[in-house]
Amino acid sequence: MGSSFSWMIGGPQGSGLNVSAEIFAKALSRSGYYVFGQIEYHSNIKGKHSAYKLRISDEIVASHREQVHLLSSLDEETLVGDLYHEFPAHRGHVQEVAPGGAILYDVEQKRFAETIQRKDILLWEMPYAELLDRALTEAGKPGQARAYRIMTNTLALGASAGAVEFDFEPVAAAIRDSFGAKAGKVADLNVNAARYAYEYAKEKFAHQLKFSLPQAPQKREQILVKGTQAVGMAKIKAGCGLQTYYPISPATDESVYLEGYQSEQNLVVLQTEDEVSAIDAAVMGAHGGVRASTSTSGPGFALMPEGLGFAAITEAPGPVVMLYQRGGPSTGLPTRQEQGDLLFALHAGQGDIPRIVMAPGDIEECFYDTFDAFNYADRYQLPVIVLVDKHLASCYQTLPPFKTSHLKIDRGMVKPANTNGDYHRYAFTKDGISPRSVPGQAGGVFWSTSDEHDPRGHITEGIGNRLAMMEKRMGKVGLAAHEIPDGKKYRFFGPAAPQKIPVLAVCWGSTKGAMHDALHRADPHHTRYASLHIRMMNPFPVEPVKNILARAERVVCFDGNYSGQLAQVIRADTGISIQHRVVKYDGRPFSEDEIMVALEGAKADAPERLVISQGRVVEAGYGNREFDEMLELRGSNPKMLAPMVPLPPGYNR
Amino acid sequence: MSTVTPDIKNLQAADFKSDIHNDWCPGCGDFGVVSAVQMALAKLQVPPHRVAVISGIGCAGKTAHYMNTYSFHTLHGRVMPSVTAMKLANHDLTVIGVGGDGDAYGIGGGHFVAGGRRNLDITYVVMNNDVYALTKGQASPTIAKGQKTKSMSEASIMDAINPILLALACGYTFVARGYALDTKYLSEIIAQAIQHRGSALVDVLQTCPTYNDLHTKGFYAGQIEGQPRLYRLDQTGYDPVVHNPDDAVEIAQKKAQALLKSQEPGGRIPLGVYYKLDVPTYEDHLKAKIPGLQEKPLAELDLYHRDITANLEELK
Repeated sequence: MGSSFSWMIGGPQGSGLNVSAEIFAKALSRSGYYVFGQIEYHSNIKGKHSAYKLRISDEIVASHREQVHLLSSLDEETLVGDLYHEFPAHRGHVQEVAPGGAILYDVEQKRFAETIQRKDILLWEMPYAELLDRALTEAGKPGQARAYRIMTNTLALGASAGAVEFDFEPVAAAIRDSFGAKAGKVADLNVNAARYAYEYAKEKFAHQLKFSLPQAPQKREQILVKGTQAVGMAKIKAGCGLQTYYPISPATDESVYLEGYQSEQNLVVLQTEDEVSAIDAAVMGAHGGVRASTSTSGPGFALMPEGLGFAAITEAPGPVVMLYQRGGPSTGLPTRQEQGDLLFALHAGQGDIPRIVMAPGDIEECFYDTFDAFNYADRYQLPVIVLVDKHLASCYQTLPPFKTSHLKIDRGMVKPANTNGDYHRYAFTKDGISPRSVPGQAGGVFWSTSDEHDPRGHITEGIGNRLAMMEKRMGKVGLAAHEIPDGKKYRFFGPAAPQKIPVLAVCWGSTKGAMHDALHRADPHHTRYASLHIRMMNPFPVEPVKNILARAERVVCFDGNYSGQLAQVIRADTGISIQHRVVKYDGRPFSEDEIMVALEGAKADAPERLVISQGRVVEAGYGNREFDEMLELRGSNPKMLAPMVPLPPGYNR
Repeated sequence: MSTVTPDIKNLQAADFKSDIHNDWCPGCGDFGVVSAVQMALAKLQVPPHRVAVISGIGCAGKTAHYMNTYSFHTLHGRVMPSVTAMKLANHDLTVIGVGGDGDAYGIGGGHFVAGGRRNLDITYVVMNNDVYALTKGQASPTIAKGQKTKSMSEASIMDAINPILLALACGYTFVARGYALDTKYLSEIIAQAIQHRGSALVDVLQTCPTYNDLHTKGFYAGQIEGQPRLYRLDQTGYDPVVHNPDDAVEIAQKKAQALLKSQEPGGRIPLGVYYKLDVPTYEDHLKAKIPGLQEKPLAELDLYHRDITANLEELK
């Protein structure tokens, strides 16, 4: 059984803490560690609180833990919460430190650190300004620590690496890499500052920490990748020619990633005026002969059902719509986790819309499912929605590089070039798929309309045609159900049939990572628990899911939303009502710990619905109590000011 | 305008006509517009399979069905996003958008604005008859304040959009106005619009004999102080062309001249080209950035053997 070490860095947005965390993750990954990174941040550019967790392991990990072993604090808010706020949103991260763990904080936070009541953790004070001044003096800038305090993130990274006795060299190399080609003096200064903090922390604290990094596994070829990058790479590999988008968290990173490859890969990324335009352009791009895609989140997808219907009735070969879910309703929690758009994705649109809805559960599935999505779009000539969530979009994981040699592109039924004769774009065929031509192609002229139409594409309201066209379009989903292999629709980890399953955990989306890690730790041989991950929501794998559910003595369904949407889908598609629904709608992803807590809580006599938050099953009224407690906390603590993130003149990171 | 591939006989307007029954009301101005588009394409000898006509919803939206070209009858107001993507997918096609005034300036207003900014080499023909005809004559964005057609229950209390002004502000580099019942001249304007390299708007004044009893054939044929209501700008010595596109002052002057013409006091209405500026198109900028597009349109490039080794390498 592997072991892991959890580290967290917290501070104001704009302080570069995510840069530090990603540099640390890269250094660890290159040294052979498996890393999982999870970021929590506000919808804000500068000043509000952000925290980045890294789980460092000697075996593959796909989730975070509730507790951290070492917390690196860049500001007082990380220690005591946002007490400058009328209604504080959090109480800091001290409570998340494991007994025997430690907190690294700047001497400037001293008076807040002194309010920490816990005696079971170590408090390590760092003189960051003084250490920074040393590095600045060497660089010929003595006495300017104040102006360069933005570099504290680099010092905090150095101190963290020193405290856990990780080698400095990989950290230095990763810092240099982060500055890219323009490395030079600024990179040197950062490396030096990190080194001073590294040496200081290593000498003073390293021997005190109860926890240590696991033994580094053998170095091997691996990538450190986040969900939006995996999706972006899949789109490139799949031959996507047109990506359209309107900026929205947390989807934008994917489009920005693709923008970086336009020249190299002959890819057009179109930033549209809104999401209505984004989907319509993607639909017409698909009709125009390129593989087309758009990426959005719930509020953007809310503008897209119109275009989805248009794609469906005109049997466009696409688009592929990436739907990165975030907390709703409306603008909701723009940068936080939720899986609240499942039912929306399945039902959005006017009337009965044939669609494929996929739900990759981890970063590898993000890559392979996105690749497949384009094949499905071409093969079945319909829109394909790929449901992702904020957690999957923004978490980093070390993985073996994606394998691509087996990936095959299927552009579906295409009308042979330069054949003449009476071409019917919407010809009735045995399997419902009509060969498509591409505008510009001689002999392929066709008509296409958002109205109901005849085989030539002209409007008709005739009854026979209507019945046949509806059946043609909707029948393609049935064809997909038949042709797409089960392995791409669900994943089951448990005993083979007909063996009984004492407890079956069902989940979807990013919860898969936490589920997998939890059960791997608690019950690697599936003697008590099995897990079922739904990977394709439409066409839904009805029979296999029914068969697996029938073998389970108890079923617990995990949903990252309020209403238990997956449980509803399962009930609608299989007729089976699930006994225990575990729901989480606090804007944060399931941790490994929360999976076990929920499974243990879902005993036979437990309530039908369990709400999970902050590592536990919470009872009714928990939210109000937490809210009130925080108000009290505010009254009992030293006054603090809202964080400021100073950017010294000329400093451009 | 796309390159003409000379693989087809001498094309006539009839070659661009589909053979399905046209269900517009008898006397509808739309007939003139669709004929003008067909005449313009014949004049330019663009093979039908090299043309994509993309229309919105409403009476004007049905235009796509009456064309013998690649034709898309899309969604209400979404002509511009569709036109944009079709041109991006294949920049060698002649791409023409067609919609009504409600479609283009009302529900499609945001897209209309963005379309001007992009300056793709496309043509947008807007049939402007002041009413939402297919839903039985409600007020459209181009009906003036205080006006009431027989189909409206009360006079409009909102100002009208001025399409010429709007197009100038949005960045359309060819802005023109035609009249549906002067099909021959309209076809000349549309041909110029297609030939123009950049986003071209042709706002077409049009009669709706069923619902608009204000702006009728008689109204447009009328006179104002002994002068015809409609007159051609090119017969007045008006020069719409920016001769030096690098000269910001000339651009401003030509725009100012066009905006004055679009608000001519007294009620006379100029027809023809109001403004024309030749600057690099969106496709030109894309070609500079994306080398493959210099060789072939996007849809004809082989994008299906891409290597992502470098992408993976970056993440190591």
